[in-house]
Amino acid sequence: MATKTIAGVNINVNEEGYLTDPSEWTREVATEIAKEEGIELTDKHFEVLEFIRNKVMNGEGLTIRGIGKSGIVDAKTFYQLFPGAPLKKATKIAGVPKPVSCI
Amino acid sequence: MKKLLILGAGTAGTMMANKMRKKLARDEWDITIVDQFKTHYYQPGFLFIPFGLYTKEDVVKPKSDFFPIGVNVIYSSIEKIVANENKVLLADGVVLNYDYLFIATGTRTAPEETPGLKDKLWHKEIFDFYTIEGAVALNKFFKTWQGGELVVNIAELPYKCPVAPLEFVFFADAFFTERGLRDKVKITYVTPLPGAFTKPRATKMLGELLKSKNINIVPDFNVAEVDNDNKKIIDYAGKEVKFDCLVSIPTNMGDALIERSGLGDDMNYVLTDKHTLQAKDHKNIFVIGDAANLPTSKAGSVAHFASEILEENFMCAIEGRPYTASFDGHANCYIETGYGKGTLIDFNYDTEPLPGSFPFPGVGPFGLLKVTRTNHYGKMIFRWLYWHILLKGREMPIDSEMQMAGKKL
Ligand SMILES: Cc1cc2nc3c(=O)[nH]c(=O)nc-3n(C[C@H](O)[C@H](O)[C@H](O)COP(=O)(O)OP(=O)(O)OC[C@H]3O[C@@H](n4cnc5c(N)ncnc54)[C@H](O)[C@@H]3O)c2cc1C
Repeated sequence: MATKTIAGVNINVNEEGYLTDPSEWTREVATEIAKEEGIELTDKHFEVLEFIRNKVMNGEGLTIRGIGKSGIVDAKTFYQLFPGAPLKKATKIAGVPKPVSCI
Repeated sequence: MKKLLILGAGTAGTMMANKMRKKLARDEWDITIVDQFKTHYYQPGFLFIPFGLYTKEDVVKPKSDFFPIGVNVIYSSIEKIVANENKVLLADGVVLNYDYLFIATGTRTAPEETPGLKDKLWHKEIFDFYTIEGAVALNKFFKTWQGGELVVNIAELPYKCPVAPLEFVFFADAFFTERGLRDKVKITYVTPLPGAFTKPRATKMLGELLKSKNINIVPDFNVAEVDNDNKKIIDYAGKEVKFDCLVSIPTNMGDALIERSGLGDDMNYVLTDKHTLQAKDHKNIFVIGDAANLPTSKAGSVAHFASEILEENFMCAIEGRPYTASFDGHANCYIETGYGKGTLIDFNYDTEPLPGSFPFPGVGPFGLLKVTRTNHYGKMIFRWLYWHILLKGREMPIDSEMQMAGKKL
């Protein structure tokens, strides 16, 4: 475990840069991490991030399907907002653990 | 009389009916099992059908061959579970009450979830092999196919028997080599995963195996649609892969019954405690097999290991004792690699597949993460074990809990 200064505050992160304590998350922290990922956050991004945080705090699993059915964005838009690996990027920016795929 | 009701008479439900009938006194417990179909399919056998290694007759038997005496069997589609009232509604208006319920309704393929998948090329140049119809149609197609781009695509996670698509491409490599067509068939494995499998060591081993067999892999691909006119699959990021023959592992989902009953997640898998196998919020409902949202493989072997845990915990529940068994997510999968050889992985919730020997440390006879002839026999023997031992709920000579002995870290 390591700490990292994000948006002027010391934040606990793991070796991949995911927050280890979701309560340390703020909008400023999100904006900063997003920048590192090459994403400029809009209101739509924040709506998705809030949805993800709520799901995770409730102990529910995250899937692209679930986000696509959230009523906030469809799967295609989700990919456009967080290009490349949407679930990995969005969770990193939302300050929650990286989802594990278990098959 | 107390009532135990089992929904679904596939691998898991049939196993539990046999186990519980032996365990529960006939004059105290009434056991009923419900399924919509009369035929039992040996699903692992579907993999062998496209390549002519098994026929349809090798994988079907009447379900009634496997039910013990003293269990009521109802063939009907199940409409809804009303968990708060301890009752189940069947399609024809019949209402069944229960004291305890086992949900074993499995998972099904849902090709309709991907636009263009079940369209004009369906079962003509686009196939699945997770259904008997798909496997048989593909067998017919392969008999006269002269080659081209063979694309195997996994639509979405999770899907049952996660190694089956890999076995499919290994078999395809051997099949077309034996027919002298391999130089005309380009095989591409297109997956939403970042590599051949989920966990590091198995991914590395299986990835190298793909490479050595000249099978291409396209990772991180989440299919958004199938373009039938231009014969290509397109992912959400706009990436495209062309095909002449597409073999799809369609989205897998729990039965719509679970959604109607309000007991499931996004994919209609029942919310289940991963250690006790009890349904979330309902103490008298247990879940077994592919129907559960457990973070482990959806496989017959997992259902088998879980059945021993469920049997023990169910006895605790009805006798008012605390649960004594805890499921560890144990999975054990033989992987066919073609040419009469195979490999084997053994893992659970916390331990990734590791190299070594199984089940006896240093002796085997099976090799973990190794390609051997014995592993292939393991898979072939499995079919016999499945019909004669597993479904009937008899003891298998393997621990339900994963063992570290014999594994190399
Ligand atoms: C191609 C392929 C290869 C495989 N290879 C392997 C392997 O090598 N090793 C291994 O361990 N596993 C393998 N599996 C997985 C294995 O077959 C399944 O994990 C196992 O059968 C799951 O058992 P289950 O009882 O949970 O579900 P199922 O056996 O699918 O049974 C579910 C039952 O519920 C019934 N049902 C569902 N909904 C309703 C409803 N609304 N009303 C009435 N009835 C309903 C269905 O009709 C069905 O009979 C493979 C699967 C496939 C498709």
